[in-house]
Amino acid sequence: MAPTVAVVRFPGTNCEFDVAEAVEGLGADAELVFHDATSLGAADAVVIAGGFAHGDYLRPGAIARFSPVMSAVESFAAAGGPVVGICNGFQVLTECHLLPGALQKNAGLKFRCGPALLRVEATDTVMTSKCSRGDGLSIPINHFEGNYTCSPDTLAELRDGDRIVFRYVDNPNGSVDDIAGICNEGRNVVGLMPHPERACHPLLGSTDGVPVLQSLLDAALVRTSG
Amino acid sequence: MTFDVVVEVTLRPGIADPQGATIERALPALGFDGVSGVGVGKSIRFTLESPDEAAARAEVDDLCHRFLSNPVIEDTSVTLTPAA
Repeated sequence: MAPTVAVVRFPGTNCEFDVAEAVEGLGADAELVFHDATSLGAADAVVIAGGFAHGDYLRPGAIARFSPVMSAVESFAAAGGPVVGICNGFQVLTECHLLPGALQKNAGLKFRCGPALLRVEATDTVMTSKCSRGDGLSIPINHFEGNYTCSPDTLAELRDGDRIVFRYVDNPNGSVDDIAGICNEGRNVVGLMPHPERACHPLLGSTDGVPVLQSLLDAALVRTSG
Repeated sequence: MTFDVVVEVTLRPGIADPQGATIERALPALGFDGVSGVGVGKSIRFTLESPDEAAARAEVDDLCHRFLSNPVIEDTSVTLTPAA
């Protein structure tokens, strides 16, 4: 049975169809879930897609955090369900404290848009089970506020807990410790700035997003069959 | 009581402020040579109904912490005055 991936849409989200297309291409069912929904339905995994939720007003993710759907996402995550935030979705996950730290403006005030080479640093997460540690993945980035920062204590926790999931090989935005993606303690919530859904077809220039999304679908499938 | 509230949101020390740095770099070209330490933040204004000033301050502090700022990267300062 195909797993169902709930793709969360806030007003201003703009990557939800790309995510849906990508996971459907890998055999999953995608279901768009609007920000005012109070339930995720029969979701086996959740993706908070990129864009500019609520216009990024105040701060990216600040208003999205209070959308009704986020209560459902928080419950789903607390129950061990796989939750992934991509780009703006990563910002939302930090704002609602499912992930620590924050994303500040890129060093150099540049909007960065283009392929980024990532190194997989942890494989026992819902996004990297199909990868090997040290794998190099070319996955596009597209952001202005992707410069990850956190307190020294939090950084130590992330390192000690093996919770840095992806690092940039050539840091494009000033992120502390070259961080491109992290996970929570339970390893079922992952946030990353790069867009794996944009690297899922040869026509897009890279298929390196496939193992990343396939990992998520595998994690979802465990829930479907479990 | 009604209070006029101004919340200033500024980046915490050590957090990159590329907007401030860019403004600072541009100033010498305009002939302003003595300016340093430029920081860019936000100012948020509103009025608040509250029984007294202590209650108003407590509510604004909560609002700042939970919504108007991200304490990981931002500090807030509050100016609260009884409305005329």
